[in-house]
Amino acid sequence: MHFWFKQRSVLPGFWPSFSYSVLYLTVIVLIPLSAVFLRAATNSWERFWKAISSPQVVASFRVSYETSLAAGLISLAVGFLVAWVLVRYPFPGKPLVDALVDLPFALPTAVAGIALTSLYTDNGWIGRYFAALGIKVAFTPLGIVVALTFIGLPFVVRSVQPVLADADRELEEAAASLGANRWQIFSRVIFPMVRPALLTGFALAFARALGEYGSVIFISGNMPMRTQITPLLIVAKLEQYDYPGATAIATIMLLSSFALLLLINAIQWRTRRFLQPDA
Amino acid sequence: MKRRLFAGAALAALLAYPAAAAKIKLLNVSYDPTRELYQHINAAFSKYWKAKTGNDMEISQSHGGSGAQARSVIDGLQADVVTLGLAYDIDVIAEKANLLPKAWQGRLPNNSTPYTSTIVFLVRKGNPKHIKDWDDLVRPGIGVITPNPKTSGGARWSYLAAWGYALKKNNNDEAKAKDFVKRVYKNVPVLDSGARGSTTTFVQRGIGDVLLSWENEAFLALNELGRDKFEIITPSISILAEPPVSVVDSVAAKHGTTDVAKAYLEFLYSDQGQEIGAQNYYRAQNKKIAAKYADHFPKLTLFTIDDVFGGWQKAQKKHFDDGGVFDQIYTPGA
Repeated sequence: MHFWFKQRSVLPGFWPSFSYSVLYLTVIVLIPLSAVFLRAATNSWERFWKAISSPQVVASFRVSYETSLAAGLISLAVGFLVAWVLVRYPFPGKPLVDALVDLPFALPTAVAGIALTSLYTDNGWIGRYFAALGIKVAFTPLGIVVALTFIGLPFVVRSVQPVLADADRELEEAAASLGANRWQIFSRVIFPMVRPALLTGFALAFARALGEYGSVIFISGNMPMRTQITPLLIVAKLEQYDYPGATAIATIMLLSSFALLLLINAIQWRTRRFLQPDA
Repeated sequence: MKRRLFAGAALAALLAYPAAAAKIKLLNVSYDPTRELYQHINAAFSKYWKAKTGNDMEISQSHGGSGAQARSVIDGLQADVVTLGLAYDIDVIAEKANLLPKAWQGRLPNNSTPYTSTIVFLVRKGNPKHIKDWDDLVRPGIGVITPNPKTSGGARWSYLAAWGYALKKNNNDEAKAKDFVKRVYKNVPVLDSGARGSTTTFVQRGIGDVLLSWENEAFLALNELGRDKFEIITPSISILAEPPVSVVDSVAAKHGTTDVAKAYLEFLYSDQGQEIGAQNYYRAQNKKIAAKYADHFPKLTLFTIDDVFGGWQKAQKKHFDDGGVFDQIYTPGA
């Protein structure tokens, strides 16, 4: 076995910790996920295809992926900014703001959904200004993006923040002294350092958004073909005791999300190798 | 999932404390709007049972969407009795888990339905849009609030009520009924996943002009939120909503609670049980009690699901299963 496990650590305990990790991942992650696949496998191909290709389901995939992607990108941009501000600038009340970032993690998502909905409906505090501009937020795909952005923000902030904090300020000073302008310092020095963290944050926010249910069902309006997210359709199928149909949709979501996450990890792995060729 | 975890934790807690051995425990798994009703029933029944047998009772209640509750029982929630929103959900427990005989509905009077309810309209005070009957729901510019019938039992009753009205009006012309229901749902700006969500949308967010609601929920909303803000409009005709009850035979037998579970459900039919039902805005089956509370409940023509739709199994299949009429309403070109 030893020829393909590289043991480099000076500390003993590789086998117990490795075995425990595998066991834990199996019990907590792999077995429940395989249950989904096994259940989906009770479908015939024909039924499986019918379950995932009905117009409502296809429309919901579109809604889910598009809004999650949009929310992931917004979280990426805004999360980077927030992390930057938190790391680089001292200001009064900073610990408070820092703690605030984590709140979306702790808040029950249904509470977030209800609060956001009442803010963003046409007569809500924020929604009324959008309504005056002719923009409807709640009960449209835009509302879903709002909820998912709220959920996703902390993932990006918390991934990027420690990397930014560890980044060597001297590198920037060196770049400046060598004649780099501000944009070059950002794009050639700072950005490559935080890029893996940004990708991680984006992947987490995006994946979380895909699976989000509690907050979205309040703000989306759940209109078939327009604002119905895939997790809601899964619940609707369960409500009809259609377990095979529900797991069929879940399987597609799992596989496509897994493929996307794998892709993001691959990009990251490449970037890391590029940055540290000898690692 | 969370609910199930919680239920599991609650069960574990129950199992961990077998101290009060003489106490008889009963779990009533019910649907959402019956919380207040069964709090009163449980208190009254405990007293009645103590007087009759000398035994103390501890009745737990569990609430949630009717379908989700049925699923929990199928997956192993130890319900001695189920009191759900529609017969189809209990049918499924019988079918999928064999926990009770398939002919359960014939075991108690009135299709095992101790109280009935119906679907009424809740409108804003003064009824500014002049909504009087089903026809007003399809007028352009009217916002109708009702949950998605695919995820809410109450919404299924509302949908079927609208369908039944359109059938009666158009001499049983199915195509016209479908068109009518389609136009109703065209006026629905938000399809919440459950009845409580819809009530919030209508009451708190101020969205829509009319909420299709269980009659007892409408009364509760009126009492809790103020009669100065909303009023109930009773349409000329609606569906007789029958939320049925049953002992879950296998579970009760395992717990040794068969007798007390039966007595619990029979208590619902007693004068006292019927009166508590009426006080919680359910329509009593007992004629005497119904007459006593007659002025609480507006008179209207009620049709049953058996008469118009040939029972729940058929209605579910035709209207709410995938590709059924409700899906067609929302699928372009269908």
